[in-house]
Amino acid sequence: MLDSFPILLLFPLLGAAICGLAGKRLPERAVGAIACSAVFASFLVAAASFFELLGLSPEQRVRVVEAFTWIQAGDFASSASFLFDPLSSLMILVVTGVGFLIHLYSMGYMQGEDGYYRYFAYLNLFIFMMSVLVLADNYLLMFVGWEGVGLCSYLLIGYYFKERFAGDAAKKAFIVNRIGDFGFLLGMFLLFSEFGTLAYLDVFESVSALSPESGFGVLSLITLLFFVGATGKSAQIPLFTWLPDAMAGPTPVSALIHAATMVTAGVYMIARSSALYSRAPDTLLIVAVVALATALLSALIAVAQRDIKKVLAYSTVSQLGYMFLACGVGAYTAGIFHLMTHAFFKALLFLGSGSVILAMHHQQDLFKMGGLRKYLPWTWATMGIATLAIAGFPFLSGFFSKDEILWEAFSSPYGGPAFYAVGALVAGLTSFYMFRLMFLCFHGSERIEMGEHHGDDDHHAQGPEKQAHHDAKPKEPGMVVLLPLVLLAVLSFIGGWVGLPPWLAETNQLHHFLEPSFQYKYSLAAAGEHHGDHTAMELTLAGLAVALGLVGFLVAYWSYIRDPELPQRVSTRFAGAYQLMRNKFLVDELYDALFVHPLQWISRNILWRLMDASIIDGLVNGTAALVQIFSQMARRMQTGYVRSYAAWVLFGTVLIFVFYFTS
Amino acid sequence: MVPTAHYLILGAVLFSIGSFGVLFRRNAITMFMCVEIMLNAVNLTLIAYSRSLQQVDGQIFVIFVMVVAAAEASVGLAIIVVLRKRQGTLDVDSIDNMKW
Repeated sequence: MLDSFPILLLFPLLGAAICGLAGKRLPERAVGAIACSAVFASFLVAAASFFELLGLSPEQRVRVVEAFTWIQAGDFASSASFLFDPLSSLMILVVTGVGFLIHLYSMGYMQGEDGYYRYFAYLNLFIFMMSVLVLADNYLLMFVGWEGVGLCSYLLIGYYFKERFAGDAAKKAFIVNRIGDFGFLLGMFLLFSEFGTLAYLDVFESVSALSPESGFGVLSLITLLFFVGATGKSAQIPLFTWLPDAMAGPTPVSALIHAATMVTAGVYMIARSSALYSRAPDTLLIVAVVALATALLSALIAVAQRDIKKVLAYSTVSQLGYMFLACGVGAYTAGIFHLMTHAFFKALLFLGSGSVILAMHHQQDLFKMGGLRKYLPWTWATMGIATLAIAGFPFLSGFFSKDEILWEAFSSPYGGPAFYAVGALVAGLTSFYMFRLMFLCFHGSERIEMGEHHGDDDHHAQGPEKQAHHDAKPKEPGMVVLLPLVLLAVLSFIGGWVGLPPWLAETNQLHHFLEPSFQYKYSLAAAGEHHGDHTAMELTLAGLAVALGLVGFLVAYWSYIRDPELPQRVSTRFAGAYQLMRNKFLVDELYDALFVHPLQWISRNILWRLMDASIIDGLVNGTAALVQIFSQMARRMQTGYVRSYAAWVLFGTVLIFVFYFTS
Repeated sequence: MVPTAHYLILGAVLFSIGSFGVLFRRNAITMFMCVEIMLNAVNLTLIAYSRSLQQVDGQIFVIFVMVVAAAEASVGLAIIVVLRKRQGTLDVDSIDNMKW
């Protein structure tokens, strides 16, 4: 299986083709089954290859399979070849595994929607593109997948294309990502001109002889440009604004984008390029600072959101900040670890919120829910596990990955106590806003107002079944929706155990496994010694983070269960700060003022009115006018009288003679 | 022997008279005759050169010109007859059918 792993790419591509081309004539169930089984087949191949890889010795765990020669021009060559190593194998398992569960869930969630087949075709294509991105063995092929997921996100976010906001959100996601891609492209050009190749292994091989740059050199520039690309895909400052808007798509799409595909691309790319990044300390510092700022800012915004999906969206941005923080301090394994556990619990949270939204007939305002626990016990239980996991409750998946990042932020030679402090603060905030969501949604007084209007997640449910239940109490969705929730809850619970820290297990299995993928990374001397002696310190720091999480929980409990009037009082007391957070720190408005409006002004006045209308149109119309003037003159010669023609002939002859005899 | 220059001057004078007639007379037949004068002016010039250069090329050309002139006369006169029938006039200024 291992030598033919690229075959797993074909299933979702084929699925997308079948669903897209023939899906309209097939019944819904068949379309869903085809799409799901395509992804499941990919998952099976990925799992089989993964276990085969596990059976090999660590040095042998790199497989490159060349599918075909792709581009051959002059001294530039790039082949469509794919790389299967510990890092990409883990990623592909997450992508196809979580992706499959989301597919399964979608079968129930999207029942009776217009364009059901279209949805599944896009979803399969998304998985395909993400797989290309993950499995590519060179930057150029990765870029194909990179752009492909951008396209698919555009298609899926704009799924309800009849609504203006969905189209706007889709365009925003696409355009903001283009800005990042520009950076990625420039980085690639620079990389090629520097190393003469874009294949990972060749680049890393030639970079492995170098030591870290002391100043801001070419490696720093390349990595910084790559990071610009990553900020676009993975929604970091300053390019994070598209992600919350991406909620305009169907909820399972949000889960797919936020957990398994799209946003993880940036983290994966940086982890993949660890050889380059670890030799560019200046970039690492920038990455870490941007990551922390993103984590903090978006956590603060999440605290004040009313829309259940918006809270989760900002939470994703914040958690991605953690992953980038890990990369920024050189702890790529920790970043990938968190990426994996985050995929489990964030997918679960989104899918859970999807069943809440479904049960509430598309009500998304948290303040119009409350007390849903007794109607939706399964959703409550599974989302509760995910919430505990993301809040860093001990021994759940999020606890291990988050604390590893915090520990690395503290102890890494690239990190420091300040990094840890901000990270721990964000952990407290995370716990607060997640429990706020849980309490507002499932506990407290019933403020249930079923959705009549269509919110962000517009649904157009026309099926008779949905109409019939419109006045009924909220009720748990069917099995096909619940099964993925339960499976993801199990994963959220135990998913972290593959990376038990040294104070719990002999070695960190995940570290051990991923090590070959990071063999070219440059590690400072400290790498060896911070395991072992620092157990006490590590435990203290972990304890501190857990304590902060507990504080977050208690504050949320106090504010939303014990004293429900408290948030009201606080928000009136600190109205300015509250409004700022509620309005997302006016980042969108700032961008509007700084970029969108000036750009529109330049486009309208300079590009359109001056360049296009005056200069270009002027040139074209002027040429035509000139020709007209000359032809007006020439027309006079055509009188139709033989005599005048004869006169012209004579005139011409005389002219030739004069010219001939005078020169 | 009459010098060649005299023939050439006579030819030029005849050509000028002919072209003047073509340009300024309004009667189609007159114009037609003026064209004949121009052709013969050219013929005269050709023969003068032929004699002075001791070559027969010029005389051959003259025969050609006379053949073409004869053909032209028959076609041209036919056109003029038709014009007269159709338009009822030979005033070329009132015939501008060539103008689209």
